[in-house]
Amino acid sequence: MTERQLMTGNEAMAEAAIRAGCRTYFGYPITPQNEILEYMAAHLPAAGGAFVQAESEVAAINMCYGASAAGVRTMTSSSSPGISLKLEGISYLAGADLPCVIVNVMRGGPGLGNIAPAQGDYFQATKGGGHGDYRVIVLAPSTVQEAAELVGLAFDLSDRYRVPAMILADGMLGQMMEPVALPPHRDPATLPPKPWALTGAKGREPNYVASFALDPKDLRELNLRRHERYREIAAREVRWEEVATEDAHVLLVAYGTMGRIAKTVVRRARGEGLKVGLLRPITLWPFPYAPIRELAARVRAVLTVELSAGQMWEDVRLAVEGRCPTPFYGEMGGVVPTPDEVLAEVKRLA
Amino acid sequence: MERSVVFAGFGGQGVLLAGKILARAAMEEGLEVTWLPSYGPEMRGGTANCTVVIADEPIGSPIVDRPDVLLAMNGPSLDRFEPRVAPGGTVIVNRSLIERPLRRTDVKGVYLQANDLARELGEPRAANMVALGAVVRALGVVPLEAVGQAIGEELGAKGRERLVEVNRAALERGHQKSGAPPSPPHFSRPG
Repeated sequence: MTERQLMTGNEAMAEAAIRAGCRTYFGYPITPQNEILEYMAAHLPAAGGAFVQAESEVAAINMCYGASAAGVRTMTSSSSPGISLKLEGISYLAGADLPCVIVNVMRGGPGLGNIAPAQGDYFQATKGGGHGDYRVIVLAPSTVQEAAELVGLAFDLSDRYRVPAMILADGMLGQMMEPVALPPHRDPATLPPKPWALTGAKGREPNYVASFALDPKDLRELNLRRHERYREIAAREVRWEEVATEDAHVLLVAYGTMGRIAKTVVRRARGEGLKVGLLRPITLWPFPYAPIRELAARVRAVLTVELSAGQMWEDVRLAVEGRCPTPFYGEMGGVVPTPDEVLAEVKRLA
Repeated sequence: MERSVVFAGFGGQGVLLAGKILARAAMEEGLEVTWLPSYGPEMRGGTANCTVVIADEPIGSPIVDRPDVLLAMNGPSLDRFEPRVAPGGTVIVNRSLIERPLRRTDVKGVYLQANDLARELGEPRAANMVALGAVVRALGVVPLEAVGQAIGEELGAKGRERLVEVNRAALERGHQKSGAPPSPPHFSRPG
Protein backbone atom coordinates (compact mmCIF):
# COMPACT_ATOMS: atom_id res chain seq x y z
CA MET A 1 0.00 0.00 0.00
CA THR A 2 1.19 3.54 -0.76
CA GLU A 3 2.05 5.36 2.41
CA ARG A 4 -0.97 7.19 3.74
CA GLN A 5 -1.05 10.50 5.58
CA LEU A 6 -3.72 11.85 7.89
CA MET A 7 -4.89 15.14 6.39
CA THR A 8 -7.90 17.42 6.28
CA GLY A 9 -9.64 17.76 2.94
CA ASN A 10 -8.37 21.33 2.69
CA GLU A 11 -4.73 20.30 3.27
CA ALA A 12 -5.02 17.36 0.89
CA MET A 13 -6.41 19.55 -1.91
CA ALA A 14 -3.59 22.06 -1.44
CA GLU A 15 -0.89 19.39 -1.42
CA ALA A 16 -2.45 17.65 -4.41
CA ALA A 17 -2.37 20.94 -6.33
CA ILE A 18 1.35 21.38 -5.64
CA ARG A 19 1.96 17.79 -6.72
CA ALA A 20 -0.04 18.41 -9.90
CA GLY A 21 2.41 21.15 -10.85
CA CYS A 22 0.45 24.16 -9.60
CA ARG A 23 3.03 26.91 -9.13
CA THR A 24 0.87 29.95 -8.43
CA TYR A 25 -1.86 30.32 -5.84
CA PHE A 26 -3.86 33.46 -5.12
CA GLY A 27 -6.46 33.63 -2.39
CA TYR A 28 -8.24 35.61 0.26
CA PRO A 29 -9.22 34.10 3.63
CA ILE A 30 -12.68 32.79 4.39
CA THR A 31 -13.88 29.94 6.63
CA PRO A 32 -14.13 26.95 6.17
CA GLN A 33 -11.29 26.81 3.63
CA ASN A 34 -8.52 28.84 5.29
CA GLU A 35 -6.30 25.77 5.65
CA ILE A 36 -5.83 25.82 1.86
CA LEU A 37 -4.28 29.29 2.06
CA GLU A 38 -2.25 28.36 5.12
CA TYR A 39 -0.94 25.23 3.46
CA MET A 40 -0.08 27.03 0.24
CA ALA A 41 1.63 29.84 2.14
CA ALA A 42 3.75 27.30 3.99
CA HIS A 43 4.56 24.90 1.14
CA LEU A 44 4.17 26.48 -2.31
CA PRO A 45 7.24 28.76 -2.11
CA ALA A 46 9.37 25.75 -1.12
CA ALA A 47 8.17 24.02 -4.31
CA GLY A 48 9.40 26.98 -6.35
CA GLY A 49 5.96 28.54 -6.65
CA ALA A 50 4.40 31.87 -5.76
CA PHE A 51 1.82 32.38 -3.03
CA VAL A 52 -0.02 35.67 -2.77
CA GLN A 53 -2.67 36.55 -0.23
CA ALA A 54 -4.51 39.06 -2.38
CA GLU A 55 -6.34 42.16 -1.19
CA SER A 56 -9.69 40.65 -2.20
CA GLU A 57 -11.30 37.68 -3.93
CA VAL A 58 -11.67 39.78 -7.08
CA ALA A 59 -7.95 40.52 -7.09
CA ALA A 60 -7.11 36.87 -6.50
CA ILE A 61 -9.11 35.52 -9.45
CA ASN A 62 -7.65 38.18 -11.74
CA MET A 63 -4.14 37.25 -10.61
CA CYS A 64 -5.05 33.72 -11.69
CA TYR A 65 -6.03 35.15 -15.08
CA GLY A 66 -2.59 36.68 -15.45
CA ALA A 67 -0.70 33.62 -14.29
CA SER A 68 -2.75 31.35 -16.54
CA ALA A 69 -2.20 33.59 -19.55
CA ALA A 70 1.54 33.20 -18.87
CA GLY A 71 1.11 29.41 -19.12
CA VAL A 72 1.52 28.55 -15.44
CA ARG A 73 -0.75 26.16 -13.57
CA THR A 74 -2.74 28.31 -11.19
CA MET A 75 -5.34 27.90 -8.48
CA THR A 76 -7.56 29.92 -6.20
CA SER A 77 -9.93 28.80 -3.48
CA SER A 78 -12.72 30.30 -1.45
CA SER A 79 -16.06 29.54 0.11
CA SER A 80 -19.51 30.46 -1.14
CA PRO A 81 -19.65 34.27 -0.62
CA GLY A 82 -16.08 34.57 -1.86
CA ILE A 83 -16.87 32.55 -4.98
CA SER A 84 -19.71 34.97 -5.73
CA LEU A 85 -17.10 37.74 -5.79
CA LYS A 86 -14.90 35.73 -8.16
CA LEU A 87 -17.60 35.14 -10.75
CA GLU A 88 -16.73 38.11 -12.95
CA GLY A 89 -13.17 36.83 -13.15
CA ILE A 90 -14.31 33.28 -13.85
CA SER A 91 -16.40 34.56 -16.76
CA TYR A 92 -13.34 36.40 -18.09
CA LEU A 93 -11.21 33.25 -17.77
CA ALA A 94 -13.87 31.35 -19.72
CA GLY A 95 -14.02 34.11 -22.32
CA ALA A 96 -10.25 34.07 -22.74
CA ASP A 97 -10.14 30.24 -22.89
CA LEU A 98 -7.80 30.14 -19.92
CA PRO A 99 -7.31 27.11 -17.69
CA CYS A 100 -7.60 27.64 -13.93
CA VAL A 101 -8.61 25.53 -10.95
CA ILE A 102 -11.08 27.09 -8.52
CA VAL A 103 -11.92 25.34 -5.24
CA ASN A 104 -15.24 26.15 -3.58
CA VAL A 105 -15.54 24.75 -0.04
CA MET A 106 -19.26 25.48 0.24
CA ARG A 107 -20.93 26.85 3.35
CA GLY A 108 -24.48 27.77 4.34
CA GLY A 109 -26.10 30.62 2.42
CA PRO A 110 -27.37 32.81 0.89
CA GLY A 111 -25.61 35.98 1.91
CA LEU A 112 -23.08 35.75 4.71
CA GLY A 113 -24.99 32.66 5.87
CA ASN A 114 -22.84 30.55 8.16
CA ILE A 115 -19.76 28.33 8.03
CA ALA A 116 -21.49 24.93 8.18
CA PRO A 117 -21.47 22.45 5.26
CA ALA A 118 -23.98 23.08 2.45
CA GLN A 119 -24.55 22.45 -1.25
CA GLY A 120 -26.42 25.60 -2.14
CA ASP A 121 -23.94 26.67 -4.84
CA TYR A 122 -24.81 23.94 -7.35
CA PHE A 123 -26.64 26.32 -9.68
CA GLN A 124 -23.84 28.86 -9.41
CA ALA A 125 -21.20 26.24 -10.24
CA THR A 126 -22.94 24.29 -12.99
CA LYS A 127 -25.15 26.86 -14.71
CA GLY A 128 -22.59 29.53 -15.36
CA GLY A 129 -22.75 31.77 -12.31
CA GLY A 130 -21.10 34.66 -14.07
CA HIS A 131 -22.30 36.37 -17.23
CA GLY A 132 -22.23 34.99 -20.74
CA ASP A 133 -22.61 31.63 -22.43
CA TYR A 134 -19.95 29.64 -20.68
CA ARG A 135 -19.37 26.41 -18.81
CA VAL A 136 -17.01 25.37 -16.04
CA ILE A 137 -16.00 21.74 -15.48
CA VAL A 138 -17.31 20.89 -11.99
CA LEU A 139 -15.90 17.99 -9.95
CA ALA A 140 -17.48 16.94 -6.63
CA PRO A 141 -15.31 14.85 -4.28
CA SER A 142 -16.86 12.89 -1.41
CA THR A 143 -13.76 11.75 0.46
CA VAL A 144 -10.41 13.31 1.27
CA GLN A 145 -8.74 10.76 -1.01
CA GLU A 146 -11.05 11.64 -3.88
CA ALA A 147 -10.54 15.36 -3.23
CA ALA A 148 -6.80 14.90 -3.72
CA GLU A 149 -7.32 12.88 -6.90
CA LEU A 150 -9.86 15.25 -8.42
CA VAL A 151 -7.61 18.27 -7.95
CA GLY A 152 -5.05 16.62 -10.24
CA LEU A 153 -7.78 15.73 -12.71
CA ALA A 154 -9.13 19.29 -12.60
CA PHE A 155 -5.74 20.67 -13.66
CA ASP A 156 -5.43 18.15 -16.49
CA LEU A 157 -8.94 18.70 -17.84
CA SER A 158 -8.68 22.46 -17.49
CA ASP A 159 -5.43 22.53 -19.48
CA ARG A 160 -6.63 20.03 -22.11
CA TYR A 161 -9.86 21.85 -22.93
CA ARG A 162 -8.80 25.38 -21.92
CA VAL A 163 -11.87 25.61 -19.68
CA PRO A 164 -11.80 26.63 -15.99
CA ALA A 165 -12.41 23.72 -13.64
CA MET A 166 -14.03 23.92 -10.23
CA ILE A 167 -13.79 21.57 -7.26
CA LEU A 168 -17.15 21.77 -5.51
CA ALA A 169 -16.53 20.59 -1.94
CA ASP A 170 -18.15 21.62 1.33
CA GLY A 171 -17.12 22.57 4.83
CA MET A 172 -17.34 19.06 6.16
CA LEU A 173 -15.00 17.65 3.54
CA GLY A 174 -12.65 20.59 4.00
CA GLN A 175 -12.42 20.20 7.77
CA MET A 176 -12.49 16.43 8.25
CA MET A 177 -9.38 14.27 8.30
CA GLU A 178 -8.94 10.90 6.60
CA PRO A 179 -5.94 8.88 5.51
CA VAL A 180 -4.90 9.87 2.00
CA ALA A 181 -2.42 8.30 -0.40
CA LEU A 182 -1.16 11.37 -2.24
CA PRO A 183 -0.53 11.34 -5.99
CA PRO A 184 3.12 11.54 -7.14
CA HIS A 185 4.87 14.86 -7.80
CA ARG A 186 4.77 16.10 -11.38
CA ASP A 187 7.43 18.39 -12.75
CA PRO A 188 5.77 21.40 -14.44
CA ALA A 189 8.43 21.16 -17.16
CA THR A 190 7.05 17.76 -18.23
CA LEU A 191 3.43 18.95 -18.61
CA PRO A 192 1.97 19.30 -22.13
CA PRO A 193 3.12 22.55 -23.77
CA LYS A 194 0.83 25.58 -24.09
CA PRO A 195 1.73 27.17 -27.43
CA TRP A 196 -0.96 29.83 -26.93
CA ALA A 197 0.56 31.18 -23.71
CA LEU A 198 2.19 34.61 -23.34
CA THR A 199 5.76 33.52 -22.78
CA GLY A 200 7.62 36.22 -24.71
CA ALA A 201 7.31 36.50 -28.49
CA LYS A 202 11.03 36.43 -29.31
CA GLY A 203 11.43 34.44 -32.51
CA ARG A 204 7.71 33.82 -33.05
CA GLU A 205 4.45 35.60 -33.83
CA PRO A 206 2.92 37.26 -30.74
CA ASN A 207 0.08 35.41 -29.01
CA TYR A 208 -3.13 37.17 -28.09
CA VAL A 209 -5.16 36.35 -24.95
CA ALA A 210 -8.33 38.32 -24.22
CA SER A 211 -12.00 37.87 -23.48
CA PHE A 212 -12.91 40.63 -25.89
CA ALA A 213 -14.13 40.64 -29.51
CA LEU A 214 -15.96 43.78 -30.61
CA ASP A 215 -17.28 42.38 -33.90
CA PRO A 216 -20.37 40.23 -33.25
CA LYS A 217 -19.36 37.79 -35.99
CA ASP A 218 -15.96 37.29 -34.39
CA LEU A 219 -17.47 36.79 -30.93
CA ARG A 220 -20.03 34.37 -32.33
CA GLU A 221 -17.20 32.38 -33.94
CA LEU A 222 -15.25 32.27 -30.65
CA ASN A 223 -18.36 31.09 -28.83
CA LEU A 224 -19.12 28.43 -31.42
CA ARG A 225 -15.62 27.01 -31.14
CA ARG A 226 -15.84 27.08 -27.35
CA HIS A 227 -19.17 25.26 -27.40
CA GLU A 228 -17.65 22.67 -29.71
CA ARG A 229 -15.21 21.93 -26.87
CA TYR A 230 -18.07 21.88 -24.34
CA ARG A 231 -19.80 19.20 -26.44
CA GLU A 232 -16.58 17.20 -26.53
CA ILE A 233 -16.30 17.45 -22.72
CA ALA A 234 -19.92 16.37 -22.30
CA ALA A 235 -19.29 13.37 -24.57
CA ARG A 236 -16.00 12.24 -23.01
CA GLU A 237 -15.63 13.38 -19.42
CA VAL A 238 -18.78 12.34 -17.53
CA ARG A 239 -17.84 10.53 -14.32
CA TRP A 240 -20.02 8.89 -11.69
CA GLU A 241 -20.07 6.01 -9.20
CA GLU A 242 -22.83 3.43 -8.77
CA VAL A 243 -23.46 1.46 -5.58
CA ALA A 244 -25.87 -1.52 -5.51
CA THR A 245 -27.86 -0.31 -8.52
CA GLU A 246 -28.23 -3.71 -10.29
CA ASP A 247 -31.52 -4.70 -8.63
CA ALA A 248 -32.47 -1.42 -6.97
CA HIS A 249 -36.12 -0.45 -6.58
CA VAL A 250 -35.25 2.99 -5.23
CA LEU A 251 -32.31 4.91 -6.65
CA LEU A 252 -30.67 7.62 -4.56
CA VAL A 253 -28.81 10.39 -6.36
CA ALA A 254 -26.46 12.39 -4.15
CA TYR A 255 -23.03 14.00 -4.52
CA GLY A 256 -20.13 15.07 -2.33
CA THR A 257 -20.61 14.77 1.43
CA MET A 258 -24.26 13.87 0.90
CA GLY A 259 -23.10 11.15 -1.51
CA ARG A 260 -21.00 9.41 1.14
CA ILE A 261 -23.78 9.70 3.74
CA ALA A 262 -26.06 8.10 1.13
CA LYS A 263 -23.66 5.13 0.97
CA THR A 264 -24.34 4.45 4.64
CA VAL A 265 -28.07 4.79 3.91
CA VAL A 266 -27.78 2.17 1.16
CA ARG A 267 -25.84 -0.18 3.46
CA ARG A 268 -28.46 0.13 6.23
CA ALA A 269 -31.36 -0.21 3.79
CA ARG A 270 -29.83 -3.36 2.29
CA GLY A 271 -29.32 -4.67 5.83
CA GLU A 272 -33.08 -4.38 6.28
CA GLY A 273 -33.79 -6.11 2.97
CA LEU A 274 -34.70 -2.96 1.04
CA LYS A 275 -33.48 -2.80 -2.55
CA VAL A 276 -31.88 0.61 -2.58
CA GLY A 277 -29.01 1.80 -4.76
CA LEU A 278 -27.01 4.97 -5.24
CA LEU A 279 -25.73 6.92 -8.20
CA ARG A 280 -23.16 9.48 -7.10
CA PRO A 281 -22.28 12.06 -9.76
CA ILE A 282 -18.55 12.88 -9.65
CA THR A 283 -18.76 15.41 -12.49
CA LEU A 284 -21.64 17.83 -11.91
CA TRP A 285 -20.88 19.41 -15.26
CA PRO A 286 -20.89 17.48 -17.42
CA PHE A 287 -23.79 15.83 -15.58
CA PRO A 288 -24.40 12.05 -15.81
CA TYR A 289 -27.77 12.35 -17.56
CA ALA A 290 -27.43 9.11 -19.54
CA PRO A 291 -26.74 6.66 -16.67
CA ILE A 292 -29.53 8.17 -14.56
CA ARG A 293 -31.92 7.96 -17.50
CA GLU A 294 -31.02 4.30 -18.02
CA LEU A 295 -31.56 3.43 -14.34
CA ALA A 296 -34.79 5.46 -14.18
CA ALA A 297 -36.37 2.99 -16.62
CA ARG A 298 -35.74 0.14 -14.13
CA VAL A 299 -36.53 1.63 -10.71
CA ARG A 300 -39.75 2.69 -8.94
CA ALA A 301 -38.42 6.08 -7.85
CA VAL A 302 -35.34 8.26 -8.07
CA LEU A 303 -34.79 10.12 -4.78
CA THR A 304 -32.46 13.12 -4.96
CA VAL A 305 -30.81 14.01 -1.64
CA GLU A 306 -28.98 17.32 -1.32
CA LEU A 307 -27.84 19.91 1.20
CA SER A 308 -29.97 22.44 -0.67
CA ALA A 309 -33.59 23.18 -1.55
CA GLY A 310 -33.26 21.03 -4.68
CA GLN A 311 -30.72 22.28 -7.22
CA MET A 312 -29.17 19.13 -8.68
CA TRP A 313 -32.73 17.83 -8.46
CA GLU A 314 -33.50 19.84 -11.63
CA ASP A 315 -30.81 17.98 -13.56
CA VAL A 316 -32.01 14.64 -12.18
CA ARG A 317 -35.52 15.42 -13.42
CA LEU A 318 -34.11 16.40 -16.82
CA ALA A 319 -32.40 13.02 -16.91
CA VAL A 320 -35.43 11.00 -15.77
CA GLU A 321 -37.87 12.83 -18.07
CA GLY A 322 -40.92 11.44 -16.32
CA ARG A 323 -39.92 7.76 -16.52
CA CYS A 324 -40.59 7.38 -12.77
CA PRO A 325 -41.42 9.56 -9.77
CA THR A 326 -38.58 11.90 -8.71
CA PRO A 327 -39.04 12.83 -5.04
CA PHE A 328 -36.60 15.11 -3.22
CA TYR A 329 -35.14 15.22 0.29
CA GLY A 330 -32.97 18.13 1.35
CA GLU A 331 -31.64 20.13 4.22
CA MET A 332 -30.50 23.74 4.18
CA GLY A 333 -28.65 26.30 6.22
CA GLY A 334 -25.76 24.01 7.13
CA VAL A 335 -27.92 21.25 8.61
CA VAL A 336 -26.63 17.82 7.56
CA PRO A 337 -29.07 14.91 7.84
CA THR A 338 -28.00 11.73 9.60
CA PRO A 339 -28.15 8.42 7.69
CA ASP A 340 -31.25 7.39 9.68
CA GLU A 341 -33.12 10.55 8.72
CA VAL A 342 -32.54 9.83 5.04
CA LEU A 343 -33.33 6.15 5.58
CA ALA A 344 -36.74 7.08 7.01
CA GLU A 345 -37.47 8.96 3.77
CA VAL A 346 -36.28 5.98 1.69
CA LYS A 347 -38.59 3.65 3.60
CA ARG A 348 -41.60 5.71 2.61
CA LEU A 349 -40.73 4.97 -1.03
CA ALA A 350 -39.38 1.40 -0.93
CA MET B 1 -16.40 -3.85 11.63
CA GLU B 2 -17.27 -0.18 12.15
CA ARG B 3 -16.86 1.54 15.52
CA SER B 4 -17.45 5.17 16.35
CA VAL B 5 -16.60 7.47 19.23
CA VAL B 6 -17.55 11.03 20.13
CA PHE B 7 -14.98 13.04 22.11
CA ALA B 8 -16.65 16.02 23.78
CA GLY B 9 -15.64 18.66 26.30
CA PHE B 10 -14.70 22.31 26.87
CA GLY B 11 -12.56 24.00 24.25
CA GLY B 12 -9.00 23.69 25.57
CA GLN B 13 -9.45 20.25 27.18
CA GLY B 14 -7.83 18.65 24.17
CA VAL B 15 -10.69 16.53 22.88
CA LEU B 16 -9.87 17.28 19.23
CA LEU B 17 -6.24 16.28 19.79
CA ALA B 18 -7.25 13.08 21.59
CA GLY B 19 -9.46 12.15 18.63
CA LYS B 20 -6.72 12.97 16.18
CA ILE B 21 -4.22 10.75 17.98
CA LEU B 22 -6.73 7.88 17.92
CA ALA B 23 -7.33 8.49 14.20
CA ARG B 24 -3.61 8.44 13.48
CA ALA B 25 -3.18 5.19 15.40
CA ALA B 26 -6.04 3.59 13.45
CA MET B 27 -4.47 4.68 10.17
CA GLU B 28 -1.09 3.24 11.16
CA GLU B 29 -2.89 -0.04 11.92
CA GLY B 30 -4.07 -0.10 8.30
CA LEU B 31 -7.68 0.70 9.15
CA GLU B 32 -10.02 3.22 7.53
CA VAL B 33 -10.80 6.22 9.69
CA THR B 34 -12.58 9.57 9.62
CA TRP B 35 -12.02 12.43 12.09
CA LEU B 36 -14.76 15.03 11.97
CA PRO B 37 -14.41 18.10 14.19
CA SER B 38 -17.04 20.56 15.27
CA TYR B 39 -15.61 23.59 13.54
CA GLY B 40 -18.11 26.28 14.41
CA PRO B 41 -17.01 29.59 15.95
CA GLU B 42 -15.50 27.70 18.91
CA MET B 43 -13.24 29.20 21.54
CA ARG B 44 -11.49 28.27 24.76
CA GLY B 45 -14.17 27.65 27.37
CA GLY B 46 -16.84 26.94 24.75
CA THR B 47 -17.74 23.40 23.76
CA ALA B 48 -15.78 21.31 21.29
CA ASN B 49 -16.25 17.82 19.98
CA CYS B 50 -15.06 15.45 17.32
CA THR B 51 -16.32 12.19 15.93
CA VAL B 52 -13.95 9.39 14.98
CA VAL B 53 -15.17 6.43 12.91
CA ILE B 54 -12.89 3.41 12.54
CA ALA B 55 -13.67 0.60 10.11
CA ASP B 56 -12.05 -2.15 8.10
CA GLU B 57 -13.84 -1.01 4.91
CA PRO B 58 -14.42 2.40 3.29
CA ILE B 59 -16.43 4.67 5.59
CA GLY B 60 -19.69 6.19 4.37
CA SER B 61 -21.09 8.81 6.69
CA PRO B 62 -18.59 10.61 8.91
CA ILE B 63 -21.64 11.80 10.86
CA VAL B 64 -22.69 9.27 13.45
CA ASP B 65 -26.23 9.15 14.81
CA ARG B 66 -25.49 6.36 17.33
CA PRO B 67 -21.88 6.41 18.57
CA ASP B 68 -20.59 3.23 20.24
CA VAL B 69 -18.50 5.19 22.72
CA LEU B 70 -18.90 8.67 24.21
CA LEU B 71 -16.17 10.47 26.10
CA ALA B 72 -17.76 13.25 28.15
CA MET B 73 -15.07 15.50 29.61
CA ASN B 74 -17.60 17.90 31.15
CA GLY B 75 -21.24 18.10 32.21
CA PRO B 76 -22.69 19.91 29.19
CA SER B 77 -21.13 17.29 26.89
CA LEU B 78 -22.71 14.46 28.86
CA ASP B 79 -26.10 16.19 28.77
CA ARG B 80 -25.85 16.73 25.02
CA PHE B 81 -24.52 13.39 23.82
CA GLU B 82 -25.70 10.79 26.35
CA PRO B 83 -29.10 10.35 24.63
CA ARG B 84 -27.39 9.55 21.30
CA VAL B 85 -25.12 6.68 22.41
CA ALA B 86 -25.93 3.33 20.81
CA PRO B 87 -27.75 0.92 23.16
CA GLY B 88 -25.12 -1.34 24.68
CA GLY B 89 -22.46 1.34 24.12
CA THR B 90 -20.09 2.85 26.62
CA VAL B 91 -20.03 6.31 28.17
CA ILE B 92 -16.79 7.46 29.76
CA VAL B 93 -17.62 10.07 32.38
CA ASN B 94 -14.92 12.44 33.60
CA ARG B 95 -15.69 12.21 37.32
CA SER B 96 -13.29 15.05 38.06
CA LEU B 97 -15.73 17.54 36.55
CA ILE B 98 -19.07 15.75 36.22
CA GLU B 99 -21.35 15.63 39.20
CA ARG B 100 -24.01 13.20 38.05
CA PRO B 101 -24.32 9.52 37.10
CA LEU B 102 -25.66 8.34 33.74
CA ARG B 103 -29.37 8.71 33.19
CA ARG B 104 -29.55 5.77 30.83
CA THR B 105 -29.51 2.18 31.99
CA ASP B 106 -28.92 0.56 28.58
CA VAL B 107 -25.33 1.80 28.23
CA LYS B 108 -22.23 1.01 30.25
CA GLY B 109 -20.78 3.78 32.41
CA VAL B 110 -17.06 4.09 33.00
CA TYR B 111 -16.31 6.69 35.68
CA LEU B 112 -12.82 8.10 35.52
CA GLN B 113 -11.16 10.92 37.49
CA ALA B 114 -9.29 12.12 34.42
CA ASN B 115 -8.10 15.48 35.77
CA ASP B 116 -7.10 14.07 39.17
CA LEU B 117 -5.19 11.19 37.62
CA ALA B 118 -3.36 13.59 35.30
CA ARG B 119 -2.48 15.83 38.23
CA GLU B 120 -1.07 12.85 40.10
CA LEU B 121 1.24 12.27 37.15
CA GLY B 122 2.43 15.87 37.41
CA GLU B 123 0.81 17.07 34.18
CA PRO B 124 -2.74 18.38 34.66
CA ARG B 125 -3.05 19.07 30.93
CA ALA B 126 -2.81 15.35 30.15
CA ALA B 127 -6.37 14.64 31.36
CA ASN B 128 -7.34 14.13 27.71
CA MET B 129 -4.75 11.35 27.36
CA VAL B 130 -6.00 9.67 30.55
CA ALA B 131 -9.47 9.72 29.01
CA LEU B 132 -8.12 8.47 25.67
CA GLY B 133 -6.75 5.42 27.49
CA ALA B 134 -10.29 4.60 28.59
CA VAL B 135 -11.62 5.21 25.07
CA VAL B 136 -9.06 2.78 23.64
CA ARG B 137 -10.23 0.07 26.04
CA ALA B 138 -13.92 0.72 25.36
CA LEU B 139 -13.45 0.70 21.57
CA GLY B 140 -11.30 -2.39 21.49
CA VAL B 141 -10.18 -2.05 17.86
CA VAL B 142 -6.88 -0.17 18.13
CA PRO B 143 -4.03 -1.52 20.28
CA LEU B 144 -2.82 0.69 23.14
CA GLU B 145 0.78 0.54 21.83
CA ALA B 146 -0.31 1.98 18.49
CA VAL B 147 -1.95 4.90 20.27
CA GLY B 148 1.18 5.45 22.36
CA GLN B 149 3.15 5.49 19.12
CA ALA B 150 0.73 8.01 17.61
CA ILE B 151 1.24 10.32 20.62
CA GLY B 152 4.91 10.41 19.70
CA GLU B 153 4.14 11.23 16.07
CA GLU B 154 1.62 13.90 16.96
CA LEU B 155 3.55 15.65 19.77
CA GLY B 156 7.08 14.49 19.26
CA ALA B 157 8.96 17.46 17.92
CA LYS B 158 12.60 17.62 19.02
CA GLY B 159 13.03 18.58 22.65
CA ARG B 160 9.57 17.39 23.63
CA GLU B 161 10.54 13.93 24.83
CA ARG B 162 9.27 14.62 28.36
CA LEU B 163 5.94 15.78 27.00
CA VAL B 164 5.55 12.60 24.96
CA GLU B 165 6.59 10.49 27.93
CA VAL B 166 4.10 12.02 30.36
CA ASN B 167 1.29 11.83 27.81
CA ARG B 168 2.03 8.15 27.23
CA ALA B 169 2.04 7.58 30.97
CA ALA B 170 -1.34 9.31 31.19
CA LEU B 171 -2.71 7.16 28.35
CA GLU B 172 -1.60 3.99 30.12
CA ARG B 173 -2.95 5.18 33.46
CA GLY B 174 -6.40 5.83 31.96
CA HIS B 175 -6.37 2.50 30.19
CA GLN B 176 -5.45 0.67 33.36
CA LYS B 177 -7.92 2.53 35.60
CA SER B 178 -10.82 2.05 33.22
CA GLY B 179 -10.24 -1.70 33.33
CA ALA B 180 -10.56 -1.92 37.11
CA PRO B 181 -13.83 -3.30 38.48
CA PRO B 182 -16.13 -0.30 38.85
CA SER B 183 -16.67 0.95 42.36
CA PRO B 184 -20.19 2.34 42.67
CA PRO B 185 -19.73 6.08 42.22
CA HIS B 186 -21.15 8.40 44.80
CA PHE B 187 -22.70 11.56 43.42
CA SER B 188 -23.80 14.65 45.23
CA ARG B 189 -26.53 15.20 42.64
CA PRO B 190 -29.02 12.61 41.36
CA GLY B 191 -29.17 11.85 37.65
